[in-house]
Amino acid sequence: MDEQKIFRISFFPHIRDKASTSRIMLDVIIALLPAAAFGVYNFGWRALLLILICTATCMLSELLWDVCMRRRIMLRDMSAVVTGLILALNLPPTLDWWAAVIGSVFAIVVVKMLFGGLGQNFMNPAVAAKCFLMISFAGRMNTFVFQNVASATPLEVLKAGGNVDLLQMFLGNTSGAIGETSALALLIGAVYLFIRRIIDFRIPLFYILTVVVYISIYSMITRGGIDGTFLAAHLLSGGLLLGAFYMATDYVTSPVSPSGRIIYAVILGLLTCTFRLFGSAAGSVAYAILIGNLLAPLIEKVTRRKTFGKGAHLK
Amino acid sequence: MKKDTIFKRLYHGILIENPSVVLCLGLCPTLAVTTTAKNGLAMGIVTAAVLILSEFVISLLKRIIPKKDRMIVYVLIAACWTTIVQLVLNAYFPDISESLGIFVALTAVNGLIFGRADGYAIENNPFLSIFDGIGFGIGYTLIITILGAIREILGIGTIFGIRIIPDGYTLSIAALAPGAFFLLACLIAIANKIKGGRRV
Repeated sequence: MDEQKIFRISFFPHIRDKASTSRIMLDVIIALLPAAAFGVYNFGWRALLLILICTATCMLSELLWDVCMRRRIMLRDMSAVVTGLILALNLPPTLDWWAAVIGSVFAIVVVKMLFGGLGQNFMNPAVAAKCFLMISFAGRMNTFVFQNVASATPLEVLKAGGNVDLLQMFLGNTSGAIGETSALALLIGAVYLFIRRIIDFRIPLFYILTVVVYISIYSMITRGGIDGTFLAAHLLSGGLLLGAFYMATDYVTSPVSPSGRIIYAVILGLLTCTFRLFGSAAGSVAYAILIGNLLAPLIEKVTRRKTFGKGAHLK
Repeated sequence: MKKDTIFKRLYHGILIENPSVVLCLGLCPTLAVTTTAKNGLAMGIVTAAVLILSEFVISLLKRIIPKKDRMIVYVLIAACWTTIVQLVLNAYFPDISESLGIFVALTAVNGLIFGRADGYAIENNPFLSIFDGIGFGIGYTLIITILGAIREILGIGTIFGIRIIPDGYTLSIAALAPGAFFLLACLIAIANKIKGGRRV
């Protein structure tokens, strides 16, 4: 590793920055804290317990893997904490602790470490673990209890044709996964990420924009006009904001080129809405991001910037 | 070249060149029908039977099979034996035949059979070919049964129908296609570890 300190080999222009993996991860953790805090306030101590279990299991499994495989222990980069936190925020507060442990171990060991650790994983570990848990424990993952009453998430209410309270959805006093209910808390965190320049605006913007366009067209066809409540409820519910700002923007699994990011975000939006409106509402954001992650290398290849002067003589 | 023996054939088939985890032949049934240990075992035995019989016949006919058209002859021979095995299965074990479904018929085009027919039976004598078939058949059956057992324990919570894990605590992804890929990959990793970098 010392060689890297002596030689810094890269293409010009060189931009020096103090950014490091651990600093970026720390910023993401800070940005997620409002949502996590609101989740604990909303769902009580069980939510806190799940967040702690997921984070601890992720860190522990990364540590154990590094020790067993005689790798350098990279726990200090805090990516395991982020994975655990995002996974926990995606879980229903009533989930059994052992299912959360299984999900965390799957995220770190199978999705991240088996493929070479941070930077090598082809899927977002937290999203993959969420889908893994949704397939494995469909019943447990779709039971949402809010204020001691089993209740449907706003998205399920919407799908069944019921009415939702938009203000409560914005504030987060609804049923759902720990971190996805409060749009306000997620937006506060997102603003922090933008100020710290951690995430690119393109992915969340075009993701949400695509959802707006898709839902508008859908409601124009099926309801004879754009239904503002329906549209707003779709934007505020089902972890769309959590997915758009925190999960889809993962550096490792999203394309690098600006145009690639737009394509990626549009694909995510189309998939999410298709899953929501024509399939089962549960986990549509997670599945969309998973498919988007798998397409990312292809998008990267298509949108690669041409080397200056290359290919011009062929025309 | 060292002299080929019965023992060497068995050893290669079961361990050194295990069809499932080393050569990765015939993965379609390996992944598709291994939802339970019983299905895995049945599929393994069906494949082994077709493999042994096909290798024997191909080895007998090796002088008259034209080199250029050998694949079509392999398909014909394998399809004949598959039909016979399938009829036997239908007659005596209808429930197993039901649960294996189309995959019994697909044994006729299993890569393992062509791999061994072209890789061994066509160049060697019928007696050793039978043991080649037995070795590779056992190797295949072993892995497919282990995979079926693991998937049954994790996914359904039973082993050969006996309940081990209480209902509601099972990892149902193991019974689905993604689980089959994950677990087969784990078995291949273990096999690579045991072989320790030795070449086939």
